[in-house]
Amino acid sequence: MTDLPRTQHIIASGGIAAVGVIVAYISFTQEPADAFIFPRLISSVFAVLAIWTFGKAVMGRTKVGNGISGEAMRNMLPGLIVMIIYVFWAAKALGFYTATTITFFIMLSLYDPAPHGAFASWAKRIAITAGFLLVMYGLFALLLNVFTPREVFF
Amino acid sequence: MDFLFYMGDVFTPINFGLLLLGTVGGLILGATPGLSPTMAVALLIPFTFKLEPQQGLILLGAAYTSTVAGGAVSAILLKIPGAPANIATTLDGHAMATKGEGAKALQLSFLASAVGGLFGVFLLIFLTPVLARWALAFGPSHLFWLAILGVTVIGTLDSSSVVKGLLSGCIGLWLATIGFDDIMGAQRFIFHPAVSGGINVIPALIGLFAIPQVITMLTKGRTGSNAEIITVKRHPIRLAFLEVIRRKTALIIGTITGSIIGLIPGVGGQIAGLVAYDQSKKFSKESEKFGTGHSEGVIAAESANNAMVGPSLVPLLTLSIPGSPTAAVLLGGLLIHGIFPGPDLFMNYPQVAWTFIDSMLIGQILMCVFGLFIAGLAARVARVPHAVMAAIVLGLAVFGSYSVQNSMGDVYVMASLGLGMYFLERFGFSAAPLVLGLILGPIAEANFIQGSMIANATVGTGTYFFTGWLNWALIGIVLVSVSYSIWMEIAQRRYTTKEEAVAKEEAVS
Repeated sequence: MTDLPRTQHIIASGGIAAVGVIVAYISFTQEPADAFIFPRLISSVFAVLAIWTFGKAVMGRTKVGNGISGEAMRNMLPGLIVMIIYVFWAAKALGFYTATTITFFIMLSLYDPAPHGAFASWAKRIAITAGFLLVMYGLFALLLNVFTPREVFF
Repeated sequence: MDFLFYMGDVFTPINFGLLLLGTVGGLILGATPGLSPTMAVALLIPFTFKLEPQQGLILLGAAYTSTVAGGAVSAILLKIPGAPANIATTLDGHAMATKGEGAKALQLSFLASAVGGLFGVFLLIFLTPVLARWALAFGPSHLFWLAILGVTVIGTLDSSSVVKGLLSGCIGLWLATIGFDDIMGAQRFIFHPAVSGGINVIPALIGLFAIPQVITMLTKGRTGSNAEIITVKRHPIRLAFLEVIRRKTALIIGTITGSIIGLIPGVGGQIAGLVAYDQSKKFSKESEKFGTGHSEGVIAAESANNAMVGPSLVPLLTLSIPGSPTAAVLLGGLLIHGIFPGPDLFMNYPQVAWTFIDSMLIGQILMCVFGLFIAGLAARVARVPHAVMAAIVLGLAVFGSYSVQNSMGDVYVMASLGLGMYFLERFGFSAAPLVLGLILGPIAEANFIQGSMIANATVGTGTYFFTGWLNWALIGIVLVSVSYSIWMEIAQRRYTTKEEAVAKEEAVS
């Protein structure tokens, strides 16, 4: 195992251990105590296992989990940013269908292996996006009557 | 013979139409690498809201059955298993296809799947009512231990690290406690308004299974599917029937192995397929041919992974303990219709329960018939670029989780859990125990509180939860599964270097 996954393991298991300890602390300090009996039971085991995992990571004894390579991180980052903007802001601010269309098209443009210089590949991307939007609108708005947030556009 | 009484309900126009839709759609989804049966069923749940409970379950059950079988198409024609359950099929199936026997391999795979699947559903039909009657004797302490058993068995058997598996289960159990406490009405761990009502299971399931797949597809960058589809030559179906009969030992081994493995919570189709393949090889007179395109390999693997589908639902329908992640998703599908499975399911909702089971029986036959016809189409769908699949799944996940309660909070929960799960998976954690913890958490807590109240008024907590043969048996199974997994992990570690473990994981992921 290279140093990078080891550091990653320490950060990841450290984060989980911190969550475990915080959950256990809240469980044992919050009132009414009766409402926290089960969380106390769970959080005690959670904290012990999380600290154990963290300890193993610090000692470099973690065998399971390969972490994230630099290449994988570089590949996923643009899509991840688009996804986060879509879910946490655009869907509500622009309306579900507008946001979905824009996101879908950007994702295709970023990751579709077809050449960016060819007109045909752009026409194909636009056609796929339009088709997807139609299917989603048909399924969710017309068939299931889901009332999505309609803000700036529709 | 209640199942015969309700058989007619499967053939009403809407029910049969949904069964066809689920079967054909499931076959195509199953052939698509990256779309696991669990994820396919989770994404379908929002489409069942407007349906009657049995109609929704028919759609989900058909999708479950046929995605497992559909995964064989890409395993055989593209050498990419559509689902982990089809890994063993790739070994001989693709070798057969490269020898020009692709059509034969597909026919054998669907016929074996149908035989295994039918046997599994019959086991479900005959075992479920017996177990349900027996489960009526269960009290709160037993149900508490059963819920803990569900989480620990999956946590230990489904994960490559026992500690991380159990930790995933604990995270799921903790997530289940977020929201208002049922008895005192107290707020617990509400750190954002989106989780004030607790974590809704359906958006959580969609996020936990779909979003990590989306991100995994993104990590591949601008690459298309380079897999070449092998063109198949015609092969008479009659000869495939005769071949299946001739290779009856492999069929029997696969079917029985799959059925037994299906009954054990947490042990999925992947294990069923591989164990059946291995056993079939041991008992075969032509064991040296395995791996070179031998029909027995395909028959054993495919009969096993479909035979486990029916039995994997037995603990869910009788004890409300889902035995697999897909069964957990089906439980979510039941809960949104206000149906809580358990010993009284067959008394309170016999039509829902039996129509669902009957539809799985008919679904096996439809899956076999349609599988043979749409294998070519399914293989082409399997070559859809990752970018398109990722964008489609992301869109469906957002719309699907929003439609549960028309709440943006559910979308935030779905995305947050999904993002978190991707990173957890990269560090050796598994989604299955987390999901089981999330689903079984409320059952465990409710029975723990109820049991504590009874115990305080009678014999005391220690005696109530730790005595009685049923409590001992359940605690014993928990301890045995944990000990066995620890022993296996240590034994494997003894013979595996760290570099080998890393290389093995890279190959699997």
